[in-house]
Amino acid sequence: MKILVAVKRVIDYNVQIRIKEDGSGVVTDNVKMSTNPPDDNAIEEAVKIKEAGKAAEVVAITIGEEKAQETLRKALAVGADRGIHVKVDNIIEPLAVSKILQKIVDKEKPDLVFMGKQAIDDDCNQTGQMLSALLNWPQATFASKIEVKEKSLEVTREIDEGLETIEINVPAIVTCDLRLNEPRYASLPNIMKAKKKPIEEISASDLGVDIAPRVEQIKVEEPPKRKAGIKVANVAELVQKLKNEAKVI
Amino acid sequence: MAVLLIAEHNNNDLKAFTLNAATAASQIDSDLHAIIIGHNCGDASKKLSELPVIKKVLSVDAPHYENFTAENFAPVITKVAENYSHIVCSANTFGKNLMPRIAAHLDSSQVSDIIKVISQDTFLRPIYAGNAFATVKTNDSKKCITIRPTSFDPCESSGGSAPIENAEAGEEFSNTKFIKREEVKSDRPELGTARIVVSGGRGMQSGDNFKLITEVADKLGAAIGASRAAVDAGYISNDHQVGQTGKVVVPDLYIAIGISGAIQHLAGMKESKIIVAINKDGEAPIFSVADYGLEADLFEAIPQFMEELNKLNTIQK
Ligand SMILES: Cc1cc2nc3c(=O)[nH]c(=O)nc-3n(C[C@H](O)[C@H](O)[C@H](O)COP(=O)(O)OP(=O)(O)OC[C@H]3O[C@@H](n4cnc5c(N)ncnc54)[C@H](O)[C@@H]3O)c2cc1C
Ligand SMILES: Nc1ncnc2c1ncn2[C@@H]1O[C@H](COP(=O)(O)O)[C@@H](O)[C@H]1O
Repeated sequence: MKILVAVKRVIDYNVQIRIKEDGSGVVTDNVKMSTNPPDDNAIEEAVKIKEAGKAAEVVAITIGEEKAQETLRKALAVGADRGIHVKVDNIIEPLAVSKILQKIVDKEKPDLVFMGKQAIDDDCNQTGQMLSALLNWPQATFASKIEVKEKSLEVTREIDEGLETIEINVPAIVTCDLRLNEPRYASLPNIMKAKKKPIEEISASDLGVDIAPRVEQIKVEEPPKRKAGIKVANVAELVQKLKNEAKVI
Repeated sequence: MAVLLIAEHNNNDLKAFTLNAATAASQIDSDLHAIIIGHNCGDASKKLSELPVIKKVLSVDAPHYENFTAENFAPVITKVAENYSHIVCSANTFGKNLMPRIAAHLDSSQVSDIIKVISQDTFLRPIYAGNAFATVKTNDSKKCITIRPTSFDPCESSGGSAPIENAEAGEEFSNTKFIKREEVKSDRPELGTARIVVSGGRGMQSGDNFKLITEVADKLGAAIGASRAAVDAGYISNDHQVGQTGKVVVPDLYIAIGISGAIQHLAGMKESKIIVAINKDGEAPIFSVADYGLEADLFEAIPQFMEELNKLNTIQK
């Protein structure tokens, strides 16, 4: 099997983001960037499947500006075999990302596409499902466990009610939850080796897909702040406040 | 053109958040229809027709819809979408799984997880785990919108009598097979709609200790929440997770015990009316959003809390 894994470069999850004064977006200059966290789980799972002898090749793909290559290098350092960088300069929407991925799938013919369940910048939670619709492939979203079978996967999905198990025939799309596995760290020798692995560069305009935004971001602003609370001295005071001041118990 | 709401249900009853989604959808346009897809879901269809905000119900009933598989649902909704300007659903795991498939079929760029309807094409939505709010305007002719249910009040659930029309079922998608669903049943209120939520974090140290949280929750008639760390450590099941990648809750009272208050956790609870934090680290970020903070060891504080609650002769439920 061949597994394609989509990885996105986002502001690191530990960064307290800042909003631009003109309300046009979020400050990204000189801000620490990382791989979108569940995309690390997607790579890890693909590499594990390869290590178990059930996949022949793991290809990482990212769509983004020049620096998104760092995200690919990291994927290569933890075990992906090669990378594909589709260059775009502006932020693009999940629909456009899924159309680009569809083109790459047509060309690469993977059996599986693994991705994160949600990008932690736009919090859209759309791209995997959209790609799956465009390809008319089965989808297993929010995966927390994957069992690879002959020509199918048995996937446990995290849903609001608890857990759901489905079986999907390959070719298929899986979107990964953080609980799927424990992503490994790249060792220094592997980081060095990754520098020699190939990355193919493609310009989005060569793929012939319309990636123009459909949704205008009119304004980005701070959410309303909560007013500062107080510290109580002890449990008795807490209960008294909840009862008589907040009147919630 | 009218707005189409996708109802979430379990074939017998509507899921509670369908009422919140109906409110949001009716704010986009009062000409609101709803579609319900399931198997033997006549009772749920009837309940849907009783929501006064809904003018017409489309019901699609076939065996392969029993388990709500998105691959089966999406083509049906895509087909009826020609008559509608907006398709709306809750941004919970049901809607998150389904709506992007419909949007892709319609070549529409979905707007996820809105918290406010500004106009028919302009919406407010949180980004970056709720650390920024974006006002977005969609220019697609078919607008696919998921709504954050806790940001809209539930609509009235009785008094209406919309006509129910049967719509045609689609083919079964054979490459996805449902195997099983493990639902955690409990008599406690649902996390998403509970008036009080008591949540535990890594500070609880074990699944056994989590019983302390259960006791407080039962005393207060509350739902139980958890941080991702507590779920990852196996103290409690995933359906309790609150946060950016879990559930969003907006109770009257949220009690966070042994939770540090990472932004990903705050994303799921910081709109709560009253927040209480019990943590032994006075610098924990959770205190920055807490109305009442108690700096204490939880293993001492919880038994005292129970004692004080027991002294009260009335507890609102
Ligand atoms: C992409 C991404 C998504 C995420 N999504 C979520 C999400 O949806 N929800 C979520 O919760 N997290 C999420 N996280 C994880 C989040 O970043 C934090 O790691 C997590 O919330 C920490 O959980 P915690 O507060 O229980 O644990 P910790 O941060 O370890 O805090 C434990 C707290 O308990 C206190 N404590 C310990 N012992 C005691 C005691 N005896 N008495 C009193 N206090 C005590 C400590 O002082 C500490 O403040 C996500 C992370 C990422 C990267
Ligand atoms: N620009 C991108 N490049 C590569 N993968 C992406 C990109 N955008 C989204 N994805 C993938 O789609 C997933 C879900 O993103 P989203 O739908 O934006 O929440 C991410 O976790 C990635 O795996």
